[in-house]
Amino acid sequence: MTTSLPIQPVDTEQAEVAAVEAARATKVPGWFVILWRNRKCRIGLVMLAVFVFVALLAPVLAPYAPRDNSFTASVGPNGSNWLGTTAQGEDVLSQLVYGARTSLLVGLAAGTLSTVIGLAVGLTAGYLRGLVDEVLSFFINLALVVPVLPLMITLAAYAPVKGLWLIIFVISITGWAYGARLKRSQIITLRTRDYITAAKFAGDSTARIIVREILPNMTSLVVVGFMGACLGAIGGEAGLAFLGLGDPTTTSWGTMLNQANTGGAMLTGQWAWLIAPGVAFAGLMTALTLINFGVDALSNPHLRED
Amino acid sequence: MRYFLRRAGFFLATLWAAITLNFLIPRLQPGDPAEAIVSRLGGQSQAIDPAQVESIRKMLGTPDGNLLTQYGDYLAAVARGDFGISYTYFPYSVTHMIGQGLPWTLILVGVTQVVSFVAGTLLGAWAAYRRNSRVDSVITLGSTFVGTLPFFWLALVLIYVFAITLNWFPTGGGYGGGSDPGWNWLFFSDAFQHSILPAVSLLIVGPIGWIIGMRNNMVQTLGEDYARLARAKGLPRRRVALTYGARIAVLPNVTGFAIALGGILGGTVLVESIFNYPGLGRMMLEAVSNRDYPLMQALFLFITVGVLIANLLADLLYGVLDPRVRREEAG
Repeated sequence: MTTSLPIQPVDTEQAEVAAVEAARATKVPGWFVILWRNRKCRIGLVMLAVFVFVALLAPVLAPYAPRDNSFTASVGPNGSNWLGTTAQGEDVLSQLVYGARTSLLVGLAAGTLSTVIGLAVGLTAGYLRGLVDEVLSFFINLALVVPVLPLMITLAAYAPVKGLWLIIFVISITGWAYGARLKRSQIITLRTRDYITAAKFAGDSTARIIVREILPNMTSLVVVGFMGACLGAIGGEAGLAFLGLGDPTTTSWGTMLNQANTGGAMLTGQWAWLIAPGVAFAGLMTALTLINFGVDALSNPHLRED
Repeated sequence: MRYFLRRAGFFLATLWAAITLNFLIPRLQPGDPAEAIVSRLGGQSQAIDPAQVESIRKMLGTPDGNLLTQYGDYLAAVARGDFGISYTYFPYSVTHMIGQGLPWTLILVGVTQVVSFVAGTLLGAWAAYRRNSRVDSVITLGSTFVGTLPFFWLALVLIYVFAITLNWFPTGGGYGGGSDPGWNWLFFSDAFQHSILPAVSLLIVGPIGWIIGMRNNMVQTLGEDYARLARAKGLPRRRVALTYGARIAVLPNVTGFAIALGGILGGTVLVESIFNYPGLGRMMLEAVSNRDYPLMQALFLFITVGVLIANLLADLLYGVLDPRVRREEAG
């Protein structure tokens, strides 16, 4: 919502018609055309595609295995190790490439899980109102104010096994509340609309009304919420891994920074080991943030660009 | 009045929920939690210290009593402020250790967050005042970009550049070896010098939320009818922006401040651990890595209750600042 163009109803209408026509000509879904026409979003989509490509083809693209420690330890960038090696003698570039997998997996899985939780809680509270709403709203507000990272640390400290799925689980159950609150207030404004009343009089069940009448009108909010949850999850995983509370067997940008910090990257002057994970992380976050601009434009025609 | 009572009621309910959550988390694992923790400690190569077992037993209550009596004992202990003995800092009590770390965190977080809030709100207001100008795009795009950087990484880069390469500041710690904590000038100047890099890493990212929130709110309030009327009757542009736009737009940021505090304290944990700063956040991580469960539990509860109190204060302040909330709740 940070960009706002002057309101020009005629132009946006034309843009929409043009978008629909373009979609018809190329057989691409209309929403994708709207996203693609937004310049910032287009850059974000291309950047994300690069990260996905790198993550999928990690075994092909990475020069070595991420845990192969057969190199000279703690050396700077050179011909065989383009970004240098870790204190254990592993290749930094290979770890960086495999780290993209972890970040995308955590973003996708934890983003989906917390969106589903937020959707279920928000929809139930907003649609049923009354006592159910009071109770669920209390839990939403409670989850909003509890400091997330200390809670994550406490949960991770008690967990008997430290796997990647545990991290995804911890991130999801601590990060659903913000989306739930937005969805609840959206559904409260939607549920009194005429077409909902009509559907009720037509004898549709509550479940059918929610799934068929209300959900389609919340698509952009759900997508924005999902993107926000992805950003939060990727950041949360990096933070936990950096603190050494992540899965020690997974290679992620957070564990790389943790090892760079404890392995003395700063004292030996290995700037590449220190800089690379941060730049990769910032690049992925930028990609998702830019795509969010375009998703905003999906729901708000005033924000559309040609 | 009804508004204030409702907020106070919410505070008490969340306080109870936080205390109960703190009671339940160690009991989520299957079996006797005390046995599980002790056996995990036994799995370590080091021998188990009886004092550690004792403090865990104390934290979790009598193992043979049922959950309800454990809960009762726990509530009584919390009411007395008795969280047992810290294992890491034996023989000091957990309460004593929290008292040690609290001033460091309170000053670091307090100062940086007030500065972030004021600076961010002003920058956001400036961007909204000069909407669609170069200033606006520099501020919004700049803060969007900085917001994508992992700020614990920024802290590492700051250490690398300013502490190790340039040697302008110490790499970490709360004070140097040459001074003792106390009310003397040497200690204060030393502590100040040690706090600059941690403070800067919090200040780089701190204002971003406020900038974006304030800008978007104020763009909206400046488009409202009352702002249009103020412009139409010929009030100076600056005055319209300040008393009609900014004054109302700042309100959501006040409640935002309290909600953001939970996230800020999470960030403080990272910063304190990177700079080895003697506050509560680093103490929590130390407790986790030493498996000092009583200290960790008490810190989690303490940090959560701190955030809840800040939320209550922000809600009360909001009620004073904005008469509409009071009326809506009453109506």
